[in-house]
Amino acid sequence: MLNNRRLRMTNYKLPLALLVALAVSLVLAATVFAQDGLPTDDEVNKIAKDLYCPVCESTPLDVCPTEACRQWRELIRQQLAEGKSEEEIKQYFVTQYGARVLSEPPNRLASYLVPALAFLAGAFLLFRGFRMWIKPVAVEPASPTEEAASVIPPDDYIRRMEEELKKRK
Amino acid sequence: MTETTNIETHRKGVPLWAQVIIWAVLAGLLIIVALGLNRAQQGTIQPGQAVDDFTLPLFSGYEYQGASEVKLSDFRGKVVVINFWASWCKPCEQEAAELQRAWEQYEPSGEVIFLGVDYVDTEPEARVYLKKFGITFPNGPDLATRISQYFRIKGVPETYFIDRNGVLKYVQVGPFTSLSQIQNIIDPLLAE
Repeated sequence: MLNNRRLRMTNYKLPLALLVALAVSLVLAATVFAQDGLPTDDEVNKIAKDLYCPVCESTPLDVCPTEACRQWRELIRQQLAEGKSEEEIKQYFVTQYGARVLSEPPNRLASYLVPALAFLAGAFLLFRGFRMWIKPVAVEPASPTEEAASVIPPDDYIRRMEEELKKRK
Repeated sequence: MTETTNIETHRKGVPLWAQVIIWAVLAGLLIIVALGLNRAQQGTIQPGQAVDDFTLPLFSGYEYQGASEVKLSDFRGKVVVINFWASWCKPCEQEAAELQRAWEQYEPSGEVIFLGVDYVDTEPEARVYLKKFGITFPNGPDLATRISQYFRIKGVPETYFIDRNGVLKYVQVGPFTSLSQIQNIIDPLLAE
């Protein structure tokens, strides 16, 4: 009689255990499914590497360990999950925190034109400076008389010296 | 002697207009560098200076009398307390409760307004912070960090006290440690 009861108990326990195991599996599967819906760290970091938090200057967002940057990365993940594009997310960060969060300046004409013009102006100045420094220009006088006029200053002493030399010849 | 070959060396001069441009550009660059250095040395905006007007958008639920954004000039005639904070800032947590207590004390008089400026923060985390400390005074994000750049804050928390005439009177760098510390700054401004 006792053996029969034990057998019956065992018969109940087995399906119950299977039911619990099934329920746990379903919960785990649901959790995994939900996690699959979220963007991965790689997807987040693909955008984060082009952003810089103003609090932690010179440290890209994808590797910055501070709490502020962790929050920013979570915000990127959230926006990716909402279906926003990379450009939309970057624009959101620019609107919220300013253009200085971008690793590259915004694609405006002045952003590139001013440095390019400054570089060209500097190169021109250096070129002119070196050219004048290294290669002085030799100028021959146009005629001997002009040469004499330009080279010999009208000095009375020199004139007398030349006269003396002529006499000795 | 007169036949001595003479080679005169002389240099082609840079045209006058080019010289003027070069010197003007150099002077301009020097002025920019000097202004930048001067600005960097100044630190935060100094007491005694009139504060320029700015607009602060407010978080939903933290509006001021139903307005979703406020201007500093809206509060002319009142003492204005501008507190820069962030949810990731641990020292900000030290003063959050004291600021709220001060706000609850001064709000009924209508002579003092507190404005929370959320610096480089994310809105979900900011809301958690505001809820955690039961903050009720108007709060909003520092969009594009314009306000913090104007005040040249060095970090958070920082609090600026502006008198009824829009002149900055006191700057608190770092957290407040007590309610009386806040009262000791506001009360003389109210008495002026």
